[in-house]
Amino acid sequence: MSKMKKTQTDKEKTIIMSGNYAAAWGAKCARVKVVSAYPITPQTTVVEKMAEFVDTKELDANYIKVESEHSVMSSLVGSSMTGARSFTATSGQGLLYMTEMLHWVSSSRLPIVTTIASRGIAPPWNIWAEYTDILSIRDCGWIIQFASTHQEIFDSVLMSYKIAENEDVMLPYFIVYGGFTQSHTSKPVRIPRQTDVDNFLPAPPEKGWSHLNLDPENPITHGNLLMPQQEYLDFRFLIHDSMMKSKKTIHRTIKEFKKSFGRDYKGLVEKYRCDDADVVMISYGALAEQNKNAVDTLREKGRKVGSFKLRYIRPFPTEELMELFDSGVKVIGVADQGTAFGSPTGGPISTEVMSLLGSGKRKIKVLPIIWGLGGRNVTVDEQINLYKHLLRLKNKNEYPVDDAFQQGTYWLGLKTGA
Amino acid sequence: MKKDDNKSSNITCPIYKSWRELPHIPVSKGQKGSIGETGDWRTFRPEIDKKKCNKCGICYVYCPDGVIVFKEGSVPEIDYTYCKGCGICKVKCPKKVIEMIQERE
Ligand code: SF4
Ligand code: SF4
Repeated sequence: MSKMKKTQTDKEKTIIMSGNYAAAWGAKCARVKVVSAYPITPQTTVVEKMAEFVDTKELDANYIKVESEHSVMSSLVGSSMTGARSFTATSGQGLLYMTEMLHWVSSSRLPIVTTIASRGIAPPWNIWAEYTDILSIRDCGWIIQFASTHQEIFDSVLMSYKIAENEDVMLPYFIVYGGFTQSHTSKPVRIPRQTDVDNFLPAPPEKGWSHLNLDPENPITHGNLLMPQQEYLDFRFLIHDSMMKSKKTIHRTIKEFKKSFGRDYKGLVEKYRCDDADVVMISYGALAEQNKNAVDTLREKGRKVGSFKLRYIRPFPTEELMELFDSGVKVIGVADQGTAFGSPTGGPISTEVMSLLGSGKRKIKVLPIIWGLGGRNVTVDEQINLYKHLLRLKNKNEYPVDDAFQQGTYWLGLKTGA
Repeated sequence: MKKDDNKSSNITCPIYKSWRELPHIPVSKGQKGSIGETGDWRTFRPEIDKKKCNKCGICYVYCPDGVIVFKEGSVPEIDYTYCKGCGICKVKCPKKVIEMIQERE
């Protein structure tokens, strides 16, 4: 017992904290230099905790209070251009209000990290877990990673800066988790020794980023006009190219993290009992984590089902999905906790998965699913039921017959008067 | 890895033959008139009344195009090759000694 206690205090300490505090602790341990903040539910306690860290001098950083999320990101553009490690957090409408500057960040290739406590989009007002906020800005050149546990939120902040600041990547990074279900619930989080964090994540270069450095002694202009025949098109290609190639850096960083801290985040996806599965459900966020329970229950009854968690959607895990398609799987469900109105399925990620699937001559059947919008509860029993729909599709070639199945997509929990 | 410089205007701008040679982003160093002689765009010309000017340099600070040359203790000079005639200097001059005069052909 006493020995265990010693290892606790020596190498790491375990603190019970909310998901939001886990994000703030991550930024503190990453020794961010600039925090810009505007409050919005359910993210607010992230930047509140950061203010406390700065106020008590536990963190040596500049804390900028601004009047809107647009200004949050604008101020971080400035700070990051000086080579300062920069951080903020937002949610829902706040993220949408930031949108213009999000492009400014990625197209300036600035490695800013932002944590998102995702929530429904208004109107009608909704502040509970749903990912339409992040999904609707998925193509703006930021890496997008979901964190489905409190520990993963903390750990991801450390990894994110190492990935984003890599010379070959130089792209901004979102870490996303659900509002309230993750942001405001409390769990134990293991906080490593600061020296171990510093060894894993060294400070950014003194002289600033090599491609862009604001220095009064050497004035530059950035972001000015490029004519159609100049390299505008080529610079656009570079962003996409770097994003696709960042997969290598992501894999390497996950390996290094495991070596330093013992926790293994596998890769761009996490497969759960998928190896011999006939039926696999693809999803993301905390509901993907919960889905493992549904799989275990069905496996006990001999059903060959698996769960496939997307940890990243940008860059998209194309290779991993292709591998899944070629594994002998017969039926796939893709569950979106967010909407893409008017898209082929109504869900952004199911649309993307189906577009990949269509690129080969495969005979895999797909059921797009929408679940958990606006924080609507999704139980393990309901997830088991969804697997039963998928199994029926495999065994009898029958799509769901109830009224929640609309235009080819299953809207779990849709009120149908039944 | 710069190729031939672009000679179509008076500026030096590298021309890249391949995306593989590009830096992460384009950045320009300060140089005069990178988009040509913008003084041609002017409709109104700012003129400083040298006798009434108090040499405070405020016009120099506010000129968005950096075309006012100012040395401590002397009346500022406007570089008309590049002054676009926006009139900000006139508005900001505390002594109201800058007048905007219509250009003629
Ligand atoms: S008119 Fe505008 S551009 Fe010309 S000197 Fe005055 S402030 Fe500068
Ligand atoms: S602002 Fe007016 S008074 Fe001051 S230096 Fe310029 S012209 Fe002269």
